[in-house]
Amino acid sequence: MLQKQQLQAETIRRISGVNTRKCMKCGKCTATCPAHSEMDISPHRFVSMVENNEIDALMSSDSLWKCLSCFACVERCPRGVEPANLIEAVRVTAVRMQNRNRLLPENIPSLLNNKLPQQALVSAFRKYSK
Amino acid sequence: MTFDYYPGCTLKTKAKELDIHARSAAEALGIKLEELTDWQCCGAVYPMAKDEIATRLSSVRALAASRDNGRDLLTLCSACHHVIKRVNNDMQTDEEIRTKVNNYMSPETEYHGETKVVHYLEMLRDTIGFDTIRQRAVKPLTGKKIGAYYGCLLLRPNKVMAFDNPENPTVLEDFIRALGAEPVIYPYRNECCGGYISLENNELSAKKCDQITVSALENKADMLITACPLCMYNLDANTNSEHKTKLPIVYFTELLAQVLDI
Amino acid sequence: MQRIGVFVCWCGTNIAATVDIDTVVEAMKREPGVVHSSDYQYMCSEAGQSRIRNAIKEHNLTGIVVCACSPRMHETTFRKAAKAAGLNEFMVEIANIREHCAWIHKDRTEATEKAVVLARTAVAKLNLNKPLTPGTSDVVKRALVIGGGIAGIQSALDIAEAGYQVDIVEKEPTIGGKMAQLDKTFPTLDCAACILTPKMVEAAQHDNINLITYSEVDSVSGFVGNFTVKIRKKARSVKADICSGCGICTEKCPSKKAKSEFNMGLNNRSAIYIPFAQAIPNVPVIDRDQCIKFKTGKCGLCAKVCPADAIDFSQQDEIIEQKYGAVVLATGFKPIKLDNFDEYSYAASQDVITSLELERIMNAAGPTGGKLLRPSDKKHPHTMVFVQCVGSRDTTGCGKTYCSKICCMYTAKHAMLIREKYPDIDVHVFYIDVRTPGKNFDEFYRRAAEDYGVNYIKGMVGKVAPTNGKLMVQGSDLIADRQVIIEADMVVLATAIEPDQTAKSLATMLTASIDTNNFFTEAHPKLRPVESPTAGVFLSGVCQGPKDIPETVAQASAAAVKVVGLLSKDKLVSNPCVAGSNELLCNGCSNCQHVCPYGAIDYVEKEFRINGKIKIRRVAQVNEAVCQGCGACTVVCPSGAMDLKGFTNQQIMAEVDAICR
Repeated sequence: MLQKQQLQAETIRRISGVNTRKCMKCGKCTATCPAHSEMDISPHRFVSMVENNEIDALMSSDSLWKCLSCFACVERCPRGVEPANLIEAVRVTAVRMQNRNRLLPENIPSLLNNKLPQQALVSAFRKYSK
Repeated sequence: MTFDYYPGCTLKTKAKELDIHARSAAEALGIKLEELTDWQCCGAVYPMAKDEIATRLSSVRALAASRDNGRDLLTLCSACHHVIKRVNNDMQTDEEIRTKVNNYMSPETEYHGETKVVHYLEMLRDTIGFDTIRQRAVKPLTGKKIGAYYGCLLLRPNKVMAFDNPENPTVLEDFIRALGAEPVIYPYRNECCGGYISLENNELSAKKCDQITVSALENKADMLITACPLCMYNLDANTNSEHKTKLPIVYFTELLAQVLDI
Repeated sequence: MQRIGVFVCWCGTNIAATVDIDTVVEAMKREPGVVHSSDYQYMCSEAGQSRIRNAIKEHNLTGIVVCACSPRMHETTFRKAAKAAGLNEFMVEIANIREHCAWIHKDRTEATEKAVVLARTAVAKLNLNKPLTPGTSDVVKRALVIGGGIAGIQSALDIAEAGYQVDIVEKEPTIGGKMAQLDKTFPTLDCAACILTPKMVEAAQHDNINLITYSEVDSVSGFVGNFTVKIRKKARSVKADICSGCGICTEKCPSKKAKSEFNMGLNNRSAIYIPFAQAIPNVPVIDRDQCIKFKTGKCGLCAKVCPADAIDFSQQDEIIEQKYGAVVLATGFKPIKLDNFDEYSYAASQDVITSLELERIMNAAGPTGGKLLRPSDKKHPHTMVFVQCVGSRDTTGCGKTYCSKICCMYTAKHAMLIREKYPDIDVHVFYIDVRTPGKNFDEFYRRAAEDYGVNYIKGMVGKVAPTNGKLMVQGSDLIADRQVIIEADMVVLATAIEPDQTAKSLATMLTASIDTNNFFTEAHPKLRPVESPTAGVFLSGVCQGPKDIPETVAQASAAAVKVVGLLSKDKLVSNPCVAGSNELLCNGCSNCQHVCPYGAIDYVEKEFRINGKIKIRRVAQVNEAVCQGCGACTVVCPSGAMDLKGFTNQQIMAEVDAICR
């Protein structure tokens, strides 16, 4: 199992383009995050957990679906770590697995309302499903 | 001057006001917007994972078409601008993505990020100039106090977007001044509205939108403007009604057309 | 033919563990000119040196190659040993088989092979060496200190006490520098002014110290022992020699809207002003951009009220020229601009301030008379937040990559002083790491936390949002793994420091090197920390790297000792490895003159007899006293006329041949 997590972590590091070793553990990402109140695992922990190959916990984390991709953590990180890229990489790794699509087409009609822009639907599909 | 224009899906449907007024104002200001033929949805979110190739293709198609037309590519929706500009940057700087995309599309001439992506606001600022707009203002919004709501996608990450100071932007404020109104600077104008999260978590978006509107109201704004249909939706749908009546939100192009009296 | 001895050092196991010594010794025996080859465990030891001396005598050697560590380490040692045995010291070559070989290779065969190549290269060069004799030059017994902060003052005092003349050039109207702006100093909490101003007075009154304030260095020429420096004395518009410093002019001046530099712009000063009460010299200066007389031609009130008739609107900048034997750089630092950190709302809110601004607010002579008041509404704050590492340790290009070193301690000081004076104020400090190496430093920081109840939060601030007259500070508490929002009245940013902007131009003038952050580079980071790589130029204080006051003073005194050591010599031995031009080959192209960084090359018209006819030709001549032996001229010379003694083109080619053999 450890080896599986290690391989996943390597993939996540590669496709995110993030060098987790650059993190100096200042916590500015967590300080910045506008969705932090909804997160079970803080952005700064994503960085150290990917670094330490603790992927299982991240894959089942609720935070994957709470990140707003607002890039505030990317902008303000003093070390250029880009935590949002890392959360995204874990998220795509998760949704690429079988039965991990979070948003299903059949559920869409109930979510629609008159004003909801296409942009919201397309974004959500891209973020929540493969 | 003529630009290739990429409107994007939402501007054809729920955000028609953003589009219509942009076109009429541009025409009035002597700018020709040629809508790109056969454009496809940009995907609304930038694919951050480097191994996502398919989700980059629609942007590259638009970019390559614009390159072939020999024009700059003008965008209006914040999300489209964000995605297309960042994919363009990938095509300029990431060899692996560039190779894979070109291999897949096999275009006549490989695309290497040659096109310049320009946001409508940048066109107003750099091509027309805010001074010209001020002079052309038929119905200036004198006395109006307007808050600019930037959101995230236009500004961040600054390294790629290079749009404005990401923490203290000024382009919309300068635009507001050009319309004869007074810009209201409030600290949450570059904080997220919740984005696509509102599809499954209205509460978070409501919390964010509340912070934004309360902050704008406290700084005496009587209107907000935005360039993003999703920001518009969230601020409209997820703001409590009391704040909403005090603080209408409109697309910046609507105000522009109004001031130019089109 | 030379008679060469080769001496291979083991350096304990440093070399011997990776290089097969015997192979090197045996290989060298077969090299042309080599008549002796041996090895020893520590060639630099007295026993090793005596082996060298004995071998020179026994084998009648004309030159030696020592295969050992870097010549930076022991070239001088081996030259001395050779000289003691009657050899010319320039008949010594070092093959660096430690740093360049043993330390960087793992494979013993490879390393041994390379050591042999390096050794035979040195032998090849030595075969062409000629004995060289160094010349001498005079030493001007006067030092220049650039910068009049605590670093410059301390260096100047120590040099002056040793009996030498010192000039301090200070660009501001007064000496004192940044320390004069500080309120109290850690870890003892003495008042900065109380310990600095006596030193300022001492410097001003010292017979051997000459203060040249409101002045900047314009140009530098010359070399160690003999620098010629032009100093621009900016027009004060006040005659310093007759001004009594009564201050009536500053009181009466009607233009009072200029931001006080000394008080970090927190209050205003008049157009004619003395930066602060204890300024030295106590002579005002007219800020011509603010003065009504200079702007409109009307006013002149200061001249009317001056009892000494010292105001002089017609004063011009003046250039003075002086010769110096040594130069001390003490140009100090400034806090960085915060334009790249708008998330902290420094520009958006008056109540977000830098730590240096807080020093002024806390100071009894500051804009609030020492009362801690919010700049926006002059009200007493109840909650204060300190943010550390603002712009320090930032690799994104927005800030500085280095740790500014002083911030942890001064933040602890600020927090402690506030809690002591105003126990009702809640003080929170966001930190990434608290760094307190230094005598009594960690104890000091812990006292702030334990005895004074300063709330240290491990985390960073993401955003400061001015809201309803308060500052909403959004930060992280990493120990509790949560986001915190503190409603603060004031936020203090521990802003990164950077070298003063004058460092860069001075580095060019003095050919003193600076690093990527514009800090002056030391000649050796450990063993020569107060010398610049340029002979005769010394480093004092923060211009070399971030440091606190005790460290600055220690370094300032160390630099002074180096200066005194230099000035105490009557003659300096000059480097004989200088360039020389073969006049018969020189084609007069001037390439060498253009590239010479020291201005050591002149062209002269000379008569030559060519094929029986007298011809006048223009040829290069090297001033050997000025030449530093860099060799740039030899590279650009198209006719091969220019050559460097000790490193001739022929010698270099022989080395290349030996490597390629």
